[in-house]
Amino acid sequence: MQGLTFDIAHMLAGSLVLVSFMQLYQDRLSALLNMFALHAFVLAASVAWQAYAQDAPHLYITAIIALFFKAIVIPLALRRIVIKLGIHREIENVFGVGLAMLLGIGLVALSMVVMLRVTSGADPLAREDLAFALAVVLLGMLMMVTRRNAVSQVVGFMSLENGLVLAATGAKGMPLVVEISIAFSVLIAFIVIGIFLFRIRERFDTVDMQAMDRFREEQR
Amino acid sequence: MISIALLGVLALVAIAPIAIAMSGSPNATGFVYGSCLIVTLILFLIALEILFAHPAASTVVLPLGLPWLGAHFRIDPLAAFFLVVVNLGGAAASLFALGYGRHEETPQRVLPFFPVYLAAMNLVVLADDAFTFLVSWEFMSLTSWALVIAYHRVHDNIRAGYVYLLMASFGTLTLLLAFGLLAGSDGGYAFDAIRNSHPAAGTAALVLILVLIGAGSKAGLVPLHAWLPLAHPAAPSHVSALMSGVMTKVAVYGFIRIAFDLIGQPQWWWSLVVLGVGGVTAVMGVLYALMQRDLKRVLAYSTIENIGLIFASLGLALAFKAYGMNVAAALALTAALLHVFNHSLFKSLLFFGAGSVLSATGTRDMEQLGGLIHKMPQTAFVFLVGCTAIAALPPLNGFVSEWLTFQAILLSPQLPSWGLKLMVPAVGALLALSAALAAACFVRAFGITFLGRSRSPEAAAAQETDTNSLAAMYALAGACLIAGILPGFFIDALAPVVQQLAGGRMPVQLGGEWMSQWTSIVPIAESRSSYNGLLVFAFMFIAGMVTAFAIHRLASDKIRRGPAWGCGYPDASVATQYSASSFAQPIRRVFGSLVFGAREIGTMPPPGSIAPARLTVRLRDLIWDFTYAPIASAVGVIADRLNYLQFLTIRSYLSLVFGALVILLTVLATWP
Repeated sequence: MQGLTFDIAHMLAGSLVLVSFMQLYQDRLSALLNMFALHAFVLAASVAWQAYAQDAPHLYITAIIALFFKAIVIPLALRRIVIKLGIHREIENVFGVGLAMLLGIGLVALSMVVMLRVTSGADPLAREDLAFALAVVLLGMLMMVTRRNAVSQVVGFMSLENGLVLAATGAKGMPLVVEISIAFSVLIAFIVIGIFLFRIRERFDTVDMQAMDRFREEQR
Repeated sequence: MISIALLGVLALVAIAPIAIAMSGSPNATGFVYGSCLIVTLILFLIALEILFAHPAASTVVLPLGLPWLGAHFRIDPLAAFFLVVVNLGGAAASLFALGYGRHEETPQRVLPFFPVYLAAMNLVVLADDAFTFLVSWEFMSLTSWALVIAYHRVHDNIRAGYVYLLMASFGTLTLLLAFGLLAGSDGGYAFDAIRNSHPAAGTAALVLILVLIGAGSKAGLVPLHAWLPLAHPAAPSHVSALMSGVMTKVAVYGFIRIAFDLIGQPQWWWSLVVLGVGGVTAVMGVLYALMQRDLKRVLAYSTIENIGLIFASLGLALAFKAYGMNVAAALALTAALLHVFNHSLFKSLLFFGAGSVLSATGTRDMEQLGGLIHKMPQTAFVFLVGCTAIAALPPLNGFVSEWLTFQAILLSPQLPSWGLKLMVPAVGALLALSAALAAACFVRAFGITFLGRSRSPEAAAAQETDTNSLAAMYALAGACLIAGILPGFFIDALAPVVQQLAGGRMPVQLGGEWMSQWTSIVPIAESRSSYNGLLVFAFMFIAGMVTAFAIHRLASDKIRRGPAWGCGYPDASVATQYSASSFAQPIRRVFGSLVFGAREIGTMPPPGSIAPARLTVRLRDLIWDFTYAPIASAVGVIADRLNYLQFLTIRSYLSLVFGALVILLTVLATWP
């Protein structure tokens, strides 16, 4: 049973990394939002499995928060924003899909090497989880760096945060209050960012970051 | 006991919000300083009680601060002694401010910070883990910074505050690094854990250097003193007294706590560094003091001199301790601690006097003062007592501690190391020079300020200061006298402190019979040297009385008014009197070109012209020019170069963060 528990946790965390990769090459915003919902869903499943494996009922609450807010509420709200802004057609990558994937593979390898070296004495379940979580965080950052559109940067930020939650739940004994506060801070960040998106749009007629950079150049 | 002390500190903190709530009310000043006076007096009594009755250390751990550490507090004899210094100074400053604070134009800028500042200094002394210590230390810096810029409209005060804030942050940074090294990789930040950890020799030496920089920058060691003469005079006078008399002592406490208590057995060469820095600081401080015109700045520079003296004694104690000469180490350490106590007394007294002069005349420039002894006779008297004490003249307390320092220096031939054998007498010569120059400096400070004729209408219209201020100054003057004529009592009180740190103690002073031994102090043995302050005092008193009696009986009792300091030139203009600059001129001639890069430019008008001849003296602060100015310009150049980083796009910032993270992770992954 121990082996199976471990394997399932491993599989779910691995799937999270896989979905992160899938996010990387989506070039349409609506598809990206679907992937983000899937990302959050896999996270919820992973957290729920951790709750079962660690016998920590409070993690179920975290899982439900993840499922409700991240997999349902936030993607729906983002979709509404995208449709309202009229930018659900296309997004452009800064570099090609192939290069982004290669970089992503490099990051996953890096996080594996780092985590396996650093946590040599830790519980193997937590250890694998931490390595995957770091990979998810790095992939989220990579997405924020490679995308130009403000909405997809927000998605990158949210999936980065999913990686943090994965790391937090993988470690035994993390108090619930920490997880809840992370969840709510992300929610608030989301609200603030949403408001800002509309304000930016109102003022500049675009949410393309490059347009804003051009504007700032003129200001100087 | 310790919980009562912490409650007292809490009460001090609680005064601050009340002060804010009462701001604008005319009673706020009286309330804040009155309650500070009561609380500090209680804390003072508690500390005395612990020092005399309960030498064993008592500790308490509160669930504050870092979650896995808590806040540790502890009172041992060393902490109790410094609590005495802090709270005696605090009580005197509060009493003085009861009168002085009424002249304040914007009391709401001072009142909320004053009690918190007192509380922070108490907490530094009480702290028993690195985190609490550093937080309290930083609180002490920040509240005193707020007090320094209380008069922010006065020219230069903002700059003083800026320099102070920079130096304080720098000092805290080095202390943080020192504690990080001491705690090691296990993160044992409680002082108990550090005490038992015994760092390696290299680490310990590095910690000592860092602590010397960190505590020294707060205490005012040359060349880290640059902020002190700017910041101390800028604050309101009772706060200047606290900063100079008490806060520098808290910095000395930090050094003693780490160098003598936490770090373990010292190595002999550490003392070379401390001795050298101390000796240079003493001489430089007093030379700078002699060149100043601003009365409070003279006092601030003289604080640097005294800190140099204290650090030289501490270095000597380290040397003796390194060679296991515990009695000699005890003598040097007693001298240092006694000077800490004495300096806190007379420096507070002198700053109070300068504050009274400032509020009576509205100026700190000595060239605008003069003749105040007629207008403010009582202030003049207590200021004279302070000057006598700080100039180390018997029978006052400054003499005792400096004498003990020199007694310890005379023991240096017993040291086995040749480096120290050569170094200690050289430092002794520097200290002797600084003691003589300090006497000149305070003759100048007192003479120019209080004697002669008034140099400005403001000085001529000065009024005696108020009762509360006078009471505070008389109390401190009395304490100076008692500590001067009954030093044995104080030396015995310091014995548990010294025993704890040096592993030995000086001979018991109050052991023998009255008069033969009770009042004289014996550093090592009676056959070697002894000093009886009471006897000196009695002799001076009786001789003075007899002379006064003889003069009054035998001479004419008619009052004759003559030109003061006429020097055979009784001109009508007050500008022809001895001035502060002319008094310092011979010393400037001797040391000026070397230490200050002084230039004297005399301009003679051509024959027939009615323009006055001029003598212009230019002094440079070489330490500032060669240490601080290059650093400041280097920072400016680098900041200019990096300025473009302010104008990157959001994505470039994200890429920078991302790149930095990936590079760090790669380093971690490939680290051998």
